[in-house]
Amino acid sequence: MIDATEDQTNQNAMQEYLTFTLGEEEYAIDILKVQEIRGYDAVTRIANTPDYIKGVINMRGVIVPVVDMRLKFHLGNATYDQFTVMIILNLGQRIVGMVVDSVSDVIALNPEEIRPAPDFGSTFDTQYLIGLANVAERMAIVVDIEKLMTSQEMGLIDKLSDTAL
Amino acid sequence: MSIDLSQFHQVFIDEAHEHLGNMEQLLLALDVEDASLEDLNAIFRAAHSIKGGSGTFGFSDIAELTHALETLLDKLRKQILDPTDEMISAFLECCDLLNAMLEAHQGGASVDDATTDTMRSRLLRLADPDLPSEAIVNAENESSLIHDDASAWLIELNPLTDLFAGSASLEAVTADLSALGQLTLLSQQPGSRMTWQLKGPDTDAPIRDIFEYICSDSELTINLEKKENTIDAAEQDDGFGFFVDESTLPAAQEKAQADEDNGFGFFIDESELPAQQQAEREEQQGFGFFVDEQDLPAAQTAAIQTKSSNQKPIKSAKTTNKQDNAKAPAENSIRVGVEKVDQLINLVGELVITRSMLAQSASQLDPVEFEAIHEGLVNLERNSRDLQEAVMSIRMLPINFVFGRFPRVVRDLTQKMNKKVRLKLVGEETELDKGLIEKLADPLTHLLRNSIDHGIETPDVRTAAGKTEEGTITLSASHQGGSILVQITDDGAGLNREKLLEKAREKNIPLSDNPTDKEVWQLIFAPGFSTAKQVTDVSGRGVGMDVVQRNIAEMKGQVEIESVPGQGTTIGLRLPLTLAILDGMTLRVGNEIFIMPLTRILESLQPVHDQLKTVSGKGRVVQIRGEYLPLIALYQVLNLEPEVTDPEKGILVVVESNSGKVALFVDELIAQQQVVIKSLETHYRKVEGISGATIMGDGRVALILDIDKLARMSSSHVPA
Repeated sequence: MIDATEDQTNQNAMQEYLTFTLGEEEYAIDILKVQEIRGYDAVTRIANTPDYIKGVINMRGVIVPVVDMRLKFHLGNATYDQFTVMIILNLGQRIVGMVVDSVSDVIALNPEEIRPAPDFGSTFDTQYLIGLANVAERMAIVVDIEKLMTSQEMGLIDKLSDTAL
Repeated sequence: MSIDLSQFHQVFIDEAHEHLGNMEQLLLALDVEDASLEDLNAIFRAAHSIKGGSGTFGFSDIAELTHALETLLDKLRKQILDPTDEMISAFLECCDLLNAMLEAHQGGASVDDATTDTMRSRLLRLADPDLPSEAIVNAENESSLIHDDASAWLIELNPLTDLFAGSASLEAVTADLSALGQLTLLSQQPGSRMTWQLKGPDTDAPIRDIFEYICSDSELTINLEKKENTIDAAEQDDGFGFFVDESTLPAAQEKAQADEDNGFGFFIDESELPAQQQAEREEQQGFGFFVDEQDLPAAQTAAIQTKSSNQKPIKSAKTTNKQDNAKAPAENSIRVGVEKVDQLINLVGELVITRSMLAQSASQLDPVEFEAIHEGLVNLERNSRDLQEAVMSIRMLPINFVFGRFPRVVRDLTQKMNKKVRLKLVGEETELDKGLIEKLADPLTHLLRNSIDHGIETPDVRTAAGKTEEGTITLSASHQGGSILVQITDDGAGLNREKLLEKAREKNIPLSDNPTDKEVWQLIFAPGFSTAKQVTDVSGRGVGMDVVQRNIAEMKGQVEIESVPGQGTTIGLRLPLTLAILDGMTLRVGNEIFIMPLTRILESLQPVHDQLKTVSGKGRVVQIRGEYLPLIALYQVLNLEPEVTDPEKGILVVVESNSGKVALFVDELIAQQQVVIKSLETHYRKVEGISGATIMGDGRVALILDIDKLARMSSSHVPA
């Protein structure tokens, strides 16, 4: 009985995360930011862009850019086949496609379960990290995906000065 | 019963803006010397409609101001006063003020009460030159205080016998009425014919009680006070000889309007009723909250007519009403939010894409076996094309929506600068995408200001040059092929080549030694470039033409200048018909498909070896009919892997860019196709050399080339 009530309170504070892998590392992102998961195909290349920006796709009439995280963070092999998956993220006003090695799981985490990340040991700049979490003996890196995707570093969004014009 | 009126607010505000626009146009067209009664009536109706609506929806500030406006207009249309320039200016300023007030009600910056009061007293003073200005303001303020929480009743006693000569005491009645609220005696005539205005009671029942023992119901009319023209008409009606207290009435009437939802007036005996009230009452019953402006004039005319024939008021009012009903136009337009239309356009775009996908898959089917499918697809294509055209046409508006505001701009500016300018509008009915129309307003205003400020000379200079004193500016719009050409032509001094060159040297703008006129004219688009001798608040700060050009370029349009010294300047804006659909040529480089705007393509050719020349250090050129055009290899600019690298094996497309003609080298031209333009920036960002994207028949995204950017990019790509 006590366990049940404890569960209840925990569930209230719990947030669900989608985990995916890039190379050997496992990452977790807020599931509410995920719109859908789909296969990788029919990407139109855009000239003069960094290699990790694969191009744009037609998402039911909406033109959406696609980023290959494996290329961006030099993790895993950037191969494209029928198993390559794309996580379509919905970040406020923007939609972005993100290519990853594989999507693994949906996990629920308590805020306490996410421990602050050390200053090193991750390919991601720590400012985009929320922390680290243990998921069934493995470690998942919890990423603030919105902050990352809208950052200058990704180059997905015009600089502020540009948009102001 | 309470109806949530807020849902109608937007409708009212939209309508009010429309009425104001109408009013402004009519005012500007109005000939002060010989004003047409019809126009004055139309202006009056517009003011009246706004007043009616604002009263109903509780925008009392607007109602008060429009009331003052209406008072003056009413005198004009009844030819009691003659219109003067001063009045027209006051009217126009009042329109501006009303616009500002409407915006304030929509959450914009609020309008200073003092401004409104000043305007109101100015109008009232014009309406009645004898009236001291303070009196009006004070009286109005006072009366509006009183009326804030009271309904105003108009009590008319029209007895068959002289009541107060007999048993009844006038004093007693007056005292009883005063007990109910604030009583104002409006008129008193022999035979106990009296009119009072009573503010206070919520219903007419107590008033009725007082009169119950004095006279029969048929001799009494009690009315919730309505529009002021009831009184105004009465004011001039010698038969009734009403005394109207101008200073207290208006606000009371407004109040009455605001209270309209309390219920309509009671009519005891229609035969006793002044016809104009009758007409108004019926009108209100018939049309509810929205008083259709079309119906008003007839009712009012009837009211005026009945003045002269008081004998048959009902009949005339009834006929009027019938006419009203017959004249009321059928609802032939609806208001729809732009976003709904845009959504529709998007959906149709999707449909077109889906159709081409289907067609592509079906093309692999055996035409004999699947004849029905093929036939259906052909039908689908035709239908979807029609649908697309129909939907696109919803967004099209006549360019008059922008042109319409310019007579006002010209009038204001010419007055400010002591110039005489006549504005001629040509082709106002030319239709253009709504999005473009909105974006066109600013650049056009700027160009027009420039024409008046720099182009048209002052009257004495013009006379000295042997021209008419009055300058002419022509604004024209016309279809030219797949685009729209908007031109501003003035018969002013023209651009001064020497002055421009001098200024260019001053600003260190690089120029060739012997620049062509076209190059010199382009100088005015340089940022910070102004030849105006002094900075006025109209123009001369040099932040303008560059903005104009940028705005037009954003609309995928071009600016053309022609100027002859002493004869004038023509500035042409060439714009695409719509922003949403593009006539494109699909072309291929390697595995990538691109779209090129068809309107930019001059020709395409496969060059022979002799035509290709290499200019040392400056890349390749191609010689076409004596012209040497720079050759831009698309695969180089966009870093693609082409199928062919030898121009002789590919195709050269000669296009017109804003830095001249260039030849684009591509692998292959595929087909001509209409594409729906999608923005890359919604979810991504601007891409160099790409103006947008579209979705092809197979569902893939194809990028639309930005010719001007590509031409510029390639010149920076070429090693110096």
